[in-house]
Amino acid sequence: MSLLSVRDLSVAFETGHGRLQAVNEVSLEVEAGETVGLVGESGCGKSTLGKAIIRLVPISGGRVFVDGKDITDLKPRALKPLRAAIQMIFQDPYGSLNPRHTIGKIIGQPLVVAGASKSEVRDRVDALMEKVGLPREVRSRFPHEFSGGQRQRIGIARALTLNPKIVICDEPVSALDVSVRAQVINLMRDLQQELGVAYLFISHDLSVVEHISDRLIVMYLGRVVEAGRSVDIWARPAHPYTQALLAAAPLADPKAARSRKRIVLYGEPPSPFDPPLGCAFNTRCPFAQDRCRSERPALRSIQDGRQLACHFDLVDSTVEASLVESGRAQYITA
Amino acid sequence: MAITASYPFIDFARHFVRNRAAVLGLVLLFLLVALALAAPSLFPRNPLRIVGRPEVWPFVNPRFPLGTDSLGRDIASMVAYGARTTLMIGLFASLTATIIGVTVGATAAYRGGWVDEVLMRFTELFQTIPNIIFVLTIVSILGQKIENITIAVGLVTWTPIARLTRAEFLSLRDRDFVQACRAMGMGDLRIVWGEILPNALPPVIVLWSLVVASAILFESAVSFLGLGDPNVASWGGLIGDGRTLIRTAWYICAVPGIVIMLTVLALNLVGDGLNDALNPKLRDR
Amino acid sequence: MPALLEIEDLEVSLFTRVGVLKAIDGMSLSIDAGETVAIVGESGCGKSLTALAIMGLLPEPPARIIGGNIRLAGRDIATLPEAQMQRVRGREIAMIFQDPMTALNPVLTVGYQLAEGVRRHNPMPRQDAMDKAVELLRRVRIPDAERRLDDYPHQLSGGMNQRVAIAMAIACEPKVLIADEPTTALDVTIQAQIIDLMKDLQASLGMALIIITHDLGVVAEIADRVVVMYAGRKVEEAPVEELFARPLHPYTRGLLGATASALLQRGGRLAEIAGSVPPLSELPPGCAFSNRCNDAFDRCRAQKPRLIAAARGRSVACFAVENEEDRRVAAVGA
Repeated sequence: MSLLSVRDLSVAFETGHGRLQAVNEVSLEVEAGETVGLVGESGCGKSTLGKAIIRLVPISGGRVFVDGKDITDLKPRALKPLRAAIQMIFQDPYGSLNPRHTIGKIIGQPLVVAGASKSEVRDRVDALMEKVGLPREVRSRFPHEFSGGQRQRIGIARALTLNPKIVICDEPVSALDVSVRAQVINLMRDLQQELGVAYLFISHDLSVVEHISDRLIVMYLGRVVEAGRSVDIWARPAHPYTQALLAAAPLADPKAARSRKRIVLYGEPPSPFDPPLGCAFNTRCPFAQDRCRSERPALRSIQDGRQLACHFDLVDSTVEASLVESGRAQYITA
Repeated sequence: MAITASYPFIDFARHFVRNRAAVLGLVLLFLLVALALAAPSLFPRNPLRIVGRPEVWPFVNPRFPLGTDSLGRDIASMVAYGARTTLMIGLFASLTATIIGVTVGATAAYRGGWVDEVLMRFTELFQTIPNIIFVLTIVSILGQKIENITIAVGLVTWTPIARLTRAEFLSLRDRDFVQACRAMGMGDLRIVWGEILPNALPPVIVLWSLVVASAILFESAVSFLGLGDPNVASWGGLIGDGRTLIRTAWYICAVPGIVIMLTVLALNLVGDGLNDALNPKLRDR
Repeated sequence: MPALLEIEDLEVSLFTRVGVLKAIDGMSLSIDAGETVAIVGESGCGKSLTALAIMGLLPEPPARIIGGNIRLAGRDIATLPEAQMQRVRGREIAMIFQDPMTALNPVLTVGYQLAEGVRRHNPMPRQDAMDKAVELLRRVRIPDAERRLDDYPHQLSGGMNQRVAIAMAIACEPKVLIADEPTTALDVTIQAQIIDLMKDLQASLGMALIIITHDLGVVAEIADRVVVMYAGRKVEEAPVEELFARPLHPYTRGLLGATASALLQRGGRLAEIAGSVPPLSELPPGCAFSNRCNDAFDRCRAQKPRLIAAARGRSVACFAVENEEDRRVAAVGA
């Protein structure tokens, strides 16, 4: 069985404006030691999904299995010993560390909560600080004395304290400067090779995710629209949204950027309070047909272990060609 | 890796000291405390004893540097002993208010849902009752003693602390570092005490200094109206006594009035200083 | 023909409690009508301050222009009194900011703010201004423009708000449009729309566009020329294709290497730049980049390199590059 197994997970919030279905029947698997990238834009539910998996937000439907055990309904006391298997790295380097604690205390907290002795905690903190490249002397300093990149290292150290098998990374480098991102991503990869930890890497930045992930899951308005191996999706995206995402991702090469086929999606993402009928993407899809507006496509398997939630199949180029020809696709070429 | 050393208290002290007005306030408060502590040695006899002719003006008789009141009691002695009363009320009433306020605010914020609703309605109830009337009512029911006045004042000044604590808790509850603590299996109580409260307290401390000031003013008002503890020297009581003589012997009201004003001013200055010194670090971006 | 906007040896200092910090140290830049210049750098490099200096919006205290001049169509605007500068702002130079959710006044409707902006420079009856507002909203491709007039900013999405901000900026057809990180707070697909829109507007209005960003992908997409800033100084300038094809300054090379791009090899390590950007109060003596540079030698740590011309339209401030150039010239000459 996979290390992390999520089956038909749903998360809904009751708000003043009505019911918000943030995550809608999402299933995914993460195997030991691999990195699965989870991408999508704001409002797609990826962060909520990550938090639901680790039981930080209430789950309204579906099940989560970590290391074979069903953690969906466990009460806090029963859940506590299992927490060691799955930890989280947060996005905001400034908000993810308690400004009133020293970083030594912050990194050691998970062990303290788990009941380890003082000397065990101290040794582990020393070892972790060395692993993430922080000198031992700074353990009694406070978070505000460190830069953004260093704080993320502290956050990574804290996430690894309990020796988790899988770490959920919620936009870990989005708030960092470009030159620092590379440092942190390299560190995360090194740690993965050394410790064999798996990552569920949540990000809106495709280039980062593409670089680091073995498999990729694309979300739109709370559902999975495409999943599969990174290399496959990057080379031939099957879903129109994935295609648009990849086409819109900034490319650091002026010639390529200006000559590639650009797909500029029109319109705004729909409100999650009022999702469109049929396929949620139909309001912006260059290929939308009548069927898309009335029937929601189920997530189905296509070749090479890929999954796709679309009535059509862009990997099959003949389909794409015929849609373009029928004049309904709105491609823009520079 | 250039990481400069920093010790929180030294940082705070350095910041505070930069604000000269705040330092002045602090000095005034120290003088007040010194006066309160020295009162028995400076004026060994009961301040409420009649010791001389009534209505002697200040600076006239060296035995009564601040003059005497309508009954012939030494005003300087009453001011000194009144400082003790003031400090007691200020301290204990504000502590009562803070304990009630923080508990209510923290519980409401962390529990949310109907607990929050009920506690907030409760808070609003206390806010809408006219404060001074409430204090007077409690004092007349329980009796005119200094302890009852302290309780009464504590009961009317807790609401702003509750609201502030709740607001701070609400914003801190959703911060990532609190989520990280939940993700490691930390219990709720530990999170509230060890993680959230230390971050929520600084603004509450600033408010506390202002609550002390309002406690002092409440006590003065109660004593002024004649409902204070008659066995204790108090600044408000002195003003009350001098009420009828305000046209002829106005110093009887003026002296304690000025002292009250200086004390409240000092507390406000210190409160501002605390605010400046504590806040930049919290918003540490 | 003199350039439209000419910045010459601009020096801006910050007067803070920890001392006087040189936020911009001798920055020169000239821009012609119709050109797009990108200013690239990470936090603290001075790029935003440069924009604010041009607009006369430097927060004084603590910032102050202490040297150099800024000329718009030959006229010095750095020393203009505020009353006259207000006539320049909006009408001749306009600016849009990073966070669209806070760039607009939350208590006024979109229509009111647009109309107000229009009437500020062209007094006209309110109804005419409202008509112009509708026209502007259509120009920035906001659907259902008349109804949007009565919306408040919080009712619109980030992308829509940014379009409104752009509409306000171009209301008086300014000669120069400065965009400070206009897409950083937006989703990737919306970012593509906004970049597309800006290119379109620039072409139709013939404006000069200064785009400030840390995202090299955006630069590749839209810029004609690129200026790279580090710790308040310009370290490299080049036409966009040349900068990406042949970056000269070690910092530029580092930035490009650190930018994960779809064209990079998967699975390889990202090129790191060791350390992090030093705060202005702790700049190393000599070249500000010397403490992070792999090619640094003694001279770099002692002296600050001046900008030298490296080829047509290119300049760079680096001793290592200077030495290369000298060697090349000597070899050719010999």
